[in-house]
Amino acid sequence: MSDAVIITDKLTKRFGDFIAANELTFTVMPGEIFGFLGANGAGKTTAMRMLCGLSTPSSGKASVAGFDVYTEVEKIKLNIGYMSQKFSLYEDLTVMENIKFYAGIYGLSDQEIADKGMALLQQLDLEKESKKLVRELPLGWKQKLSFSVAVIHKPKIVFLDEPTGGVDPVTRRQFWDLIYDAADKGVTIFVTTHYMDEAEYCNRISIMVDGFIRALDTPDHLKQQFNAKSMNEVFYALAREAKRSAD
Amino acid sequence: MKQLFTFIRKEFYHVFRDQKTLLMLFGLPIAQIILFGFALTNEIKNAKIVIIDYAKDRASAQIIERIEASKYFEVDKTLISHREMEAAFKEGKIKMALIFPENFNYNLLHTNSNQIQLIADASDINTATTLTNYMSSIIMEYQNELMKENLVTMTIVPEVRMLYNPQLKGEHTFVPGMMAMIMLLICVMMTSISIVREKEMGTMEILLVSPFQPLMVILSKFVPYILISLVNVTSILLLSWLFLDLPVKGSILLLYSESFLFIITSLALGLFISINAKSQQSAMFISLGLTMLPTLLLSGFMFPIENMPLPLQIISNIIPSKWYYIIVRSIMIKGSTFVAIWRETLILGVMTLFILIISLKRFKIRLV
Repeated sequence: MSDAVIITDKLTKRFGDFIAANELTFTVMPGEIFGFLGANGAGKTTAMRMLCGLSTPSSGKASVAGFDVYTEVEKIKLNIGYMSQKFSLYEDLTVMENIKFYAGIYGLSDQEIADKGMALLQQLDLEKESKKLVRELPLGWKQKLSFSVAVIHKPKIVFLDEPTGGVDPVTRRQFWDLIYDAADKGVTIFVTTHYMDEAEYCNRISIMVDGFIRALDTPDHLKQQFNAKSMNEVFYALAREAKRSAD
Repeated sequence: MKQLFTFIRKEFYHVFRDQKTLLMLFGLPIAQIILFGFALTNEIKNAKIVIIDYAKDRASAQIIERIEASKYFEVDKTLISHREMEAAFKEGKIKMALIFPENFNYNLLHTNSNQIQLIADASDINTATTLTNYMSSIIMEYQNELMKENLVTMTIVPEVRMLYNPQLKGEHTFVPGMMAMIMLLICVMMTSISIVREKEMGTMEILLVSPFQPLMVILSKFVPYILISLVNVTSILLLSWLFLDLPVKGSILLLYSESFLFIITSLALGLFISINAKSQQSAMFISLGLTMLPTLLLSGFMFPIENMPLPLQIISNIIPSKWYYIIVRSIMIKGSTFVAIWRETLILGVMTLFILIISLKRFKIRLV
């Protein structure tokens, strides 16, 4: 287990009396696609924010890419990529300017930026659009570009917070192709979602209910465990127990 | 360092892509100066004046003849007494009064010098200044002709009295006041909007997850607006010199240094607002409310602070633009050196530091 890229031990976040994430304990292995499921308000985003260094845990231990979340946040930042719920490219910048900007703030050299930028545009088939403003692109393309930009600096782990919200099924499928592609290259994927078809794509899944991790295994094992035909049924079985109302 | 440069370049993209705003940022000071310039230099024709002639001699008659011949004045001959004149001023019937003392001609010929009293309604400063200038030049012309005739130097001194507004507040105060307004508008409003926009769009989160330092984010946001503001200071100073005939009397370098300080003050205020504002709209409204209104009302630029009730006088001290306004006015109009304004500079500096420290602290808390 020593080569795990994310290790948490009773990781907890409290906001006053409210326990958003309660004693989370799990490990994520390199190159794994780790799905983080839960209803709205279950605590997925809080957990992810702690691992990204956006939020300091209240108690418990955690390390990301071998670095401690309390003391080595700056080192963690160098090793992770992040894509949030909100669409996070600059709409008034062109495709290429966005790529250059994000690569630039991660300290890539001009040569690297040029090479990777071209490769990325080719992969996404966006070469003709490189000088277009991002606001002129369809949402699906924006999401894909967003993901590619989040991994442009070759992070060990990339955190995706509901990356496919509001995207049509075809584009979502294409988006997951990109995720598989990155995972094949050894990037660990930590993804939150509430689309159950997406859950099937993950190597392992944890399901959060009311701040607790209630289930954690491969999709197949979970289905066996809950005697369910699909992840949907697994999820409903657990989510029904939730006492917190969705936010 | 390279990362910082990347970030600053991005900020410039934002600024230059939004062309409407850009036009406003650079055009506003120019438009204001030109509008004001034209209002100021507008020729005045047929201004109603009254002449009270206690002398009724050759010299006074000759001067009156010249005044009546000029297209600028329309002489009202019905008034004869001082009291009537005062009433006419109050009712706004006349703009200026000219008073010849008794024995005007006699004294002029014997002592080679005499005085004429000019009284102008200075509640409308521009008109009052223009009219007294016209009148003085008519008197000067007459004086020059007398000298040619008599081959002796004769001086007629126009003794000018500005009614209602003896210091002629307004004309010169417009430019320093406008400088404060423009800089607040650009720095406070634009910075706060630009930071809040990153929060609203969700890009701020991405930045915070990246190794890029939050302090650098702020620094990068500041750079374009510092540059735009310095350009605007320059255009305001150039235009006020060319159009308003109002050059900087004191040191230009000092004026720029003080303006730089005030730009930093405004940026710090913008940062402070951005931390508390949830949306771009609220950032804009808080900026307007917190900066434009107090500047208009309490900086002394529109209304003299000395005439305000005591509580307002005290409140005016916490308005940064009040101090900047005093500083610019001193340097531009009085030609003051640093010795005369070090106290105002110190106050402004301490304010800036205070706002900056609070904002930076709160900005960090937000990240956790």
